[in-house]
Amino acid sequence: MTVQKCYNFFMKKILEGSRAIALTIKMCRPKVISAYPITPQTHIVEDLAKFKADDDADYDFINTESEFAAASVVLGGAIGGVRVYTATSSQGLFLMTEVIFNIAGQRMPVVMTCANRAISAPINIWNDQQDAVTIRDSGWIMLYAENNQEAIDLHIQAYKIAEATHLPVMINVDGFVLTHTYENIDLPDQKQVDAFLPAYKLIKDFYIDPQNPRTFGYFATPTTYMEQRQELHDDLIKSQIVISQTAKKFEQQFKRPQSDGLVEYIGKGNEDVILVAMGSVVGTIKEVIKLKSLPRATSSKARGSRGVGILKIKTFRPFPDSGVIKYLKRAKYIGVVDKSISLGTEGILATDIKRALVGQTKAKIQSFIVGLGGKDITPSVIEQIIKDVKTKNTDVKFVYP
Amino acid sequence: MTDKPHNNLFTPGHTACAGCGQALAIQHVTKALDKDVVVVNATGCSEVYSSKYGESAWGLPWVHSLFENAAAVATGVLAALRARGDATTKVVAQGGDGATFDIGIGLLSGMWERGDNILYICYDNEAYMNTGVQASGATLTNTNTTTTPPGKASTGNTKIKKDMLAIALAHGLKYVATATSAYPQDIQNKVKKALATPGPSYLQILTPCVPGWGYEPNLTIELAKLAVQTGLYPIVEFENGVLTNKMKVPAPRPIEEYLKPQKRFKHLLDNEKELAIIRQIAQNNIKKYELGK
Repeated sequence: MTVQKCYNFFMKKILEGSRAIALTIKMCRPKVISAYPITPQTHIVEDLAKFKADDDADYDFINTESEFAAASVVLGGAIGGVRVYTATSSQGLFLMTEVIFNIAGQRMPVVMTCANRAISAPINIWNDQQDAVTIRDSGWIMLYAENNQEAIDLHIQAYKIAEATHLPVMINVDGFVLTHTYENIDLPDQKQVDAFLPAYKLIKDFYIDPQNPRTFGYFATPTTYMEQRQELHDDLIKSQIVISQTAKKFEQQFKRPQSDGLVEYIGKGNEDVILVAMGSVVGTIKEVIKLKSLPRATSSKARGSRGVGILKIKTFRPFPDSGVIKYLKRAKYIGVVDKSISLGTEGILATDIKRALVGQTKAKIQSFIVGLGGKDITPSVIEQIIKDVKTKNTDVKFVYP
Repeated sequence: MTDKPHNNLFTPGHTACAGCGQALAIQHVTKALDKDVVVVNATGCSEVYSSKYGESAWGLPWVHSLFENAAAVATGVLAALRARGDATTKVVAQGGDGATFDIGIGLLSGMWERGDNILYICYDNEAYMNTGVQASGATLTNTNTTTTPPGKASTGNTKIKKDMLAIALAHGLKYVATATSAYPQDIQNKVKKALATPGPSYLQILTPCVPGWGYEPNLTIELAKLAVQTGLYPIVEFENGVLTNKMKVPAPRPIEEYLKPQKRFKHLLDNEKELAIIRQIAQNNIKKYELGK
């Protein structure tokens, strides 16, 4: 064991996901935090409230009367020229929807956690991913964590990305599965976070300054509206460069495995069957197909598998088309595992994968829906998908344990 | 009284209608402001006619987000300014009666409950004018709006005007007042007083609307006076929850003088029974605030 590895080992702490996120947010030094309770996001803001109550944080912690206000407060804070944070889930995110689109349109670097949860009706507090994917068209950068180590790492990167691109960033963590689960986490210290994420830089014309009065949230006629919406789209696409650069820099500084921050392929690289997924279910799939200890696809040390690879989507918006094409175009059978559905069509990630692969592959691509409203995703669910994806049936399939 | 035409904080050249009572009121409000004020505006006419991309009328930092969230955005702005070490810049949130009485009331209540040092100004023209004169919670009983049209089975709006002053006072606000577009100095004094009062304040200004009320543009001031003089729109001022000032109405003008020039009340003029309801509203106001004394 090298000295560095030894050091990292002793830095690891067993922490609840929400607490790890809250501790990380505190180290990112936001100045305005707004909060409104909704399960399963609550532990994060409760911890942030306690840090403030204990005089261990210098942000303004603002309780609001609704998620709509919580989102509006951080928008105001960002326009006011400071780093901001809020968190929500499910119905809370939906109540925020109008503000979510507005924040992106106003190009404010808001950072928010979504503890992913099922949506009503029927009302259900357990995990799936229907909430955030439903607002995917809003103009936010949307990142997905597989485990709590990734969750905290993504939060630190999120501020860097948001401030470099003038785009809001949402970090998605599966409710309960991650937020309420204790894991071994390498939590950076304040000095390390400060080194990666320096103090917030004010950029002229992008914040409120009585000496330089600007009009924010103006009215745009048909003459200029479409151009500004296209600019938002173009900048969102371009943000992939910043996301990748930020991931690389982060991984170097914090001694994490390298990735491009957009997608990650788990397998040898020659698998016929590839399952595509995002969030904590990737860990479940890894376990099931016993690929967890395999080196990356590019490594020559790759050991044998059961011929199933995994493409993990880390950045869902902007959608990583080139990574998707790169890893999927040689597969014969592609199973897309969604914990959400665009009712009346298929899994939302499945549609995105098909769009990205148009003209790139003749592979069979099938949408599989799992885990809605906290339904268990057991090994048999994954085994069933691996079996079904090789059949001729292309219908969207709900897979039950 | 001498008064500068404007101070470049809200400049002419915006696209409000001729005779707009709201643009006039905003002009008077901004005359009472220093340059270290941020205005957070709700969606509505004022946002549309003042903030067109590349042609903003605002000489102050001005923020607009949505219809219902000016109060909460203002909270965020204020928190950010204080976090940046700016201890002096003030925040004014404003919106129409739809934004205030109806869609934004929850967020406004939240801001008042938090006790944020923000002046909220409601420009009350008693309906959703920006979308084409639909009834709001501020619409008077029996008013003709596009969603409360009179007909064989209706005399217009069936509901009563929501008492926003009472709602503001119930939140423990230290400064609550009304005004109308007719009295510039009164608006300016009240804005200054509200901003000098710590904590949240509420100022509600009646702002006649030429197309929404259906009157000739030269009558804006006259109608804004008559609304007060009939007792239909009392000008009052509450400090620390106590009524400290009011514009007296010792000899109330007949309500017909106010109603007649306005198309929104035209259907009532031959209907004594329904007119009596409006008359009663004026009398109740006079009694409630003791405007006769």
